[in-house]
Amino acid sequence: MIATNSSFSQGKQSRNDLNEIFQESFALTWRLFIQLIRRPSTLFAGILQPLIWLLLFAALFSKAPVDFLPGSSSYGEFLGAGLIVFTAFSGALNAGLPVMFDREFGFLNRLLVAPLSSRSSIVISSVIYITTISLLQSFAIMATSAFLGYGWPSLGGFFLITITLLLLVFAITGLSLGLAFVLPGHIELIAIIFIANLPVLFASTALAPISFMPEWLGLIASINPLTFAIEPIRMAYHNSVDLKLVLINAPYGEVNGYSCLAILFILTVGLFFLIRPLLNRKLA
Amino acid sequence: MFFIQLKNLYKSYGSIKALNGLNLKVPKGALYGLLGPNGAGKSTALRIICTLLDPDSGDVEVAGHNALIEEKETRRRLGYVAQEVAIDKILTGRELLLLQGDLYHLNKNYKKARIEELIERLEMNEWIDRRCGSFSGGMKRRLDLASGLLHEPELLILDEPTVGLDIESRAVIWGLLKELKNNETTILLSSHYLEEVDELSDEIAIIDKGKVIASGKPDDLKKKLGGDRVTLRVREFSDELEAESVRKLIKNINGVSNVVVNKKQGYSLNFLVQSNDVISNLSECLAKENFDVFALSHSRPSLDDVYLQATGKTLMDAELELAGKRDLKLENKKSMR
Repeated sequence: MIATNSSFSQGKQSRNDLNEIFQESFALTWRLFIQLIRRPSTLFAGILQPLIWLLLFAALFSKAPVDFLPGSSSYGEFLGAGLIVFTAFSGALNAGLPVMFDREFGFLNRLLVAPLSSRSSIVISSVIYITTISLLQSFAIMATSAFLGYGWPSLGGFFLITITLLLLVFAITGLSLGLAFVLPGHIELIAIIFIANLPVLFASTALAPISFMPEWLGLIASINPLTFAIEPIRMAYHNSVDLKLVLINAPYGEVNGYSCLAILFILTVGLFFLIRPLLNRKLA
Repeated sequence: MFFIQLKNLYKSYGSIKALNGLNLKVPKGALYGLLGPNGAGKSTALRIICTLLDPDSGDVEVAGHNALIEEKETRRRLGYVAQEVAIDKILTGRELLLLQGDLYHLNKNYKKARIEELIERLEMNEWIDRRCGSFSGGMKRRLDLASGLLHEPELLILDEPTVGLDIESRAVIWGLLKELKNNETTILLSSHYLEEVDELSDEIAIIDKGKVIASGKPDDLKKKLGGDRVTLRVREFSDELEAESVRKLIKNINGVSNVVVNKKQGYSLNFLVQSNDVISNLSECLAKENFDVFALSHSRPSLDDVYLQATGKTLMDAELELAGKRDLKLENKKSMR
């Protein structure tokens, strides 16, 4: 027989907000990973695309004069850092898509009717999922890059790369989640992802140093968040990790490693503060 | 004691008024039916009770809590089975129930036992471990009902639970609702199926254009009509003038009441008669005034008659009328979080 409300309290966990937030966040994250395991094409596409870039672009510019590339012995080596960041960036930019589909297909309503201890669980699960995916994809690019002979960072360098990628992924995930709640549907979100992806890449130091660029593009590249992530990673590949070193010779002045990380941190915190009222309203 | 109280609820989607001063009181432990055509405002009212939607104005009380302020307290008490079944196609049925259990913070052992119980009761054994994407409408609805019941809610809200379902799924769901009705669960069910509301509900409210136009026990509402329902056509396709003449003629016959001209059905006349003798008088009267009788049907009153009496049209006609006026895209957009 179907029991009624009398035994509900027996089935409940002892009431502890942290336990509850953990339980619901874990369940929501687990759902996203089940989706990934059963539909892994997005994961592979996210790895494959930058790999093709790495192979083709490195081949395309293999005879370029490497003396102009700061600290690199080949164009492939120079390109590696850019593509690691681009992979993480592209992955994070897609963070809003699962949320958008849940909004459109009504699954979000199922979550919103439930007495979640904190609606942040919905955001937390997306952030955990996208961060893991983006890091996995980026590490796959690093491994391939090493296999192609473009080097592997030291332990300190690896740590710096991870921190840098985490900051960038958090910031872009926040932006994408914000868009997922503002835009009317997935078509619009995908359109923005398409429009943003390549121009942001080209207007950064992923493919060429600032010194190669006309002044206007150099200025854009020197304020592009991707550049602040690419240069510390490039340093992690080429030098011993020294964040005091000047990494970007921007038109507005010199930017060292600490400043790069600080800017990414401020961007992440700023974006999350910016979307917080929106998430509060949408998930209220 | 009332488990749900809605007071003066108003909600608009652009220029469309979905709720227009809705008042409703649902007794604790009752199976309460909301009857009305699609677009009458039933789903909007249910979404507001579920805390998915804020009204433009009005009060919502669930189990003594202000649902507009104490949202979490409200959510803990209710299970919601939406009209559009929203399930994750990639998960299996069991995985979806496990997820639901975690969203309601059920402990592991209880959750597993409860899921087994529901699988058994809703006859989902054979397919529960398949991916939801392969489920038929009936299977999805049963799974959705199981997730709504997983945490043993005090209040179960069902929005059109059997629309478009196969007979087997409908029987399973009806059986379960009847079982729940005998326990203490308060059930609020919306439907535009007359027989569903009539068969299952202890009490009903008929909703039209965003407000309640009649409420009470189904039998009482039918009795209130005061007699048997007669539908008369003097010709296959009559006109307004003729229908009006017949209306004037028969309304003065002793034992005839509530005469309504149904424009949508070829200007037929619907009215109530106290006894069978009245029918004989009626035929004589019509013959005397040279009116033929093309068709005459006589039946016990139904909830459709209650609706017809209150609005001058049948539920089916009201639905057809509303179907053309609704902007479902706008409604979906406005209701999307």
